[in-house]
Amino acid sequence: MAYEGDLNLKATELRLGLPGSDEPKKQASAPSIRSNKRASPEIAEESRTRSNSSASIAENGDRGIDEPPAKAQVVGWPPIRSYRKNCFQTKQNDAEGEGACMYVKVRVDGAPYLRKIDLKVYKSYPELLKALENMFKLTIGEYSEREGYNGSNYSPTYEDKEGDWMLVGDVPWEMFICSCKRLRIMKGSETKGLSCL
Amino acid sequence: MDPNSKRKKESPPETSRSSPFPDEVLERILGLLKSNKDRSSVSLVCKDWYNAESWSRTHVFIGNCYSVSPEIVARRFPKIRSVTLKGKPRFSDFNLVPRNWGADIQSWLVVFASKYPFLEELRLKRMTVTDESLEFLALNFPDFKALSLLSCDGFSTDGLAAIATHCKNLTELDIQENGIDDKSGNWLSCFPENFSSLEVLNFANLNSDVNFDALEKLVSRCKSLKVLKVNKNVSLEQLQRLLVCTPQLTEIGTGSFSQELTGCQYTELENTFNHCKSLETLSGLWEATAPYLPVLYPACTNLTFLNLGYAALQSHELANLLRHCPQLRRLWVLDTVEDKGLEAVGSNCPLLEELRVFPADPFDEEIIRGVTEAGFVAVSYGCRRLHYVLYFCRQMTNAAVATIVQNCPNFTHFRLCIMNPGQPDYMTNEPMDEAFGAVVKTCSKLQRLSVSGLLTDLTFVYIGRYAKNLETLSVAFAGSSDWGMQCVLGGCPKLRKLEIRDCPFGNATLLSGLEKYESMRSLWMSSCNVTMNGCRQLAREMPRLNVEVMKEEGSDDIQADKVYVYRSVAGPRRDAPPSVLTLSGL
Repeated sequence: MAYEGDLNLKATELRLGLPGSDEPKKQASAPSIRSNKRASPEIAEESRTRSNSSASIAENGDRGIDEPPAKAQVVGWPPIRSYRKNCFQTKQNDAEGEGACMYVKVRVDGAPYLRKIDLKVYKSYPELLKALENMFKLTIGEYSEREGYNGSNYSPTYEDKEGDWMLVGDVPWEMFICSCKRLRIMKGSETKGLSCL
Repeated sequence: MDPNSKRKKESPPETSRSSPFPDEVLERILGLLKSNKDRSSVSLVCKDWYNAESWSRTHVFIGNCYSVSPEIVARRFPKIRSVTLKGKPRFSDFNLVPRNWGADIQSWLVVFASKYPFLEELRLKRMTVTDESLEFLALNFPDFKALSLLSCDGFSTDGLAAIATHCKNLTELDIQENGIDDKSGNWLSCFPENFSSLEVLNFANLNSDVNFDALEKLVSRCKSLKVLKVNKNVSLEQLQRLLVCTPQLTEIGTGSFSQELTGCQYTELENTFNHCKSLETLSGLWEATAPYLPVLYPACTNLTFLNLGYAALQSHELANLLRHCPQLRRLWVLDTVEDKGLEAVGSNCPLLEELRVFPADPFDEEIIRGVTEAGFVAVSYGCRRLHYVLYFCRQMTNAAVATIVQNCPNFTHFRLCIMNPGQPDYMTNEPMDEAFGAVVKTCSKLQRLSVSGLLTDLTFVYIGRYAKNLETLSVAFAGSSDWGMQCVLGGCPKLRKLEIRDCPFGNATLLSGLEKYESMRSLWMSSCNVTMNGCRQLAREMPRLNVEVMKEEGSDDIQADKVYVYRSVAGPRRDAPPSVLTLSGL
């Protein structure tokens, strides 16, 4: 099990903001004992160590710079049966975030770095496309079955489970959600090429 | 020796008996009593009634396997056919109990083989069960019918193979959420070709593939099958083939419920579910996606229990499904449905009595989603009959809980888990004392309570003062001093199980419960301020309690890290591992 390759989203996500600034809706004065990333509870579980339940500080070499310091991990909290815990860890290690969330990488041709979005937040294509337009400050245009995306230089495409690159919008939204592995917003002459076919 | 003749020898002659009924009549009447509580009361009336009750009891429930020995049980109840046994303390589910702690079923089976050779049912929770024990069970009890294992450990699928091979009269095999060594699915193929008595088959939590052909044949020849819960390796198409043979099922566990189906297959699946009109319980749906959920709709007309505890559904998917479940009484979901999904629960399930919301991502703090107080409140407005709730959330307010119990004053089980330990009311920043105060003041029938969030002694003062029917209390990361817990121990007359972890309670708490522990099943205190001396004093003053201390590696001899205290008529146990110290008062 690759616990190292865990979703370390906060460290990889690039946000505009001062280093150390946090998400808006954090809880007020919570005590210092908090649960840590998934890696440590599993290791504690797997090896059945009799670690002291109040505070075993997890090892955490790969945090980003603006990360808060490693929080103490609590054995057996929240009170979830091991079976259920293991179940969901496996699910999420297998399929990058099927279930509660579904983060996929988004590449825009010409942009210096990639972004990540959670597909599960959106309920339809228009919502998704609008979000992409906002995120990258570009216009994607109107979808048409016949001509792809008209009215702009950009075409949203995605890689499906079989490794093929497909135009976003052809299949029903539910099916798209299940098969989309990553997004790429293609630019310029390449997209024209697509619509010429 | 014939048990009847033995009994006649032991009972006193007719002339000196006070009861007007012959033994047989009394036993016949008492035999109609099913509730163990009633039977306990009846057995205290007089010696005749005690004997008659003992002779007529066929099912025994033992809530703590160390509170009594198998020999004592066999001596009192000669005609037992069904045994339910619970072993380890509940916190073993969360890895707080060392692996080799005990609660091994083998010593019980050895006695049962001799005293109850006609044993039919065994239901175990949190026991250690080895493959050898399962084989012993399979070979020594020819009438054996029903095996149910929940949260047990120590066995592998080899043990299941022994059961399948040898239990010719098996009607129930129910394997739930165990620490099982899942070597292969071959065990299912061990059922003999002519075996057809199965009524309940639950292998939903096993991971290995079973031979589908064998499963299909098994299911078609077991005409009395009522409950079938398959594991996630069974595809939709396979599920459809199974259900075609078994439209009479009352409980279905669907497996992963995921596959790319052709239009034709989809229609067939729809038709199959259309015929499942007896369905009361539905579970599984591990990987169910929106396009396939509608096939379930026609089967949900009479559904009373929907277990989506492993199905990460979105709010709209849940809402659509619930519109077709008008009779729902019990619902388990993941917090992926969010508050919006819970609003749909409130709107569509007026008969709901039980709700459990599990966290899909309990350890990942960065994705703050799930359910909030709003969802719970929404449910309380729509589901006025709600009396059992288990709710995992990341934020809660005192006001919300007050509203909830005002809407639903009939709570018997209120288990609220605010996942961040010691978190206050997120709007007022105050402790959550008033929330639980409202619960105990309003819900007079409350039997079980789990508290969480930032709590001072006030919470426990409230509990001690108002929770007069409370039987089980779970406390973690709460309280300010011993005073609070002393109020609980002094105030809750029906308290039976108390489990405490990571609280500032110490010897004063431990010793204030002296008079209470013999009327309780057990007390657990871990990572509190209890010392070895305190435990020794308890053991000295209450010799009929077993006081056990689990020592952590590297800890000193002063602190008592984990303390487990329970009443027992069997004396201190002799099978404790070296890390468990038994402090005897003798």
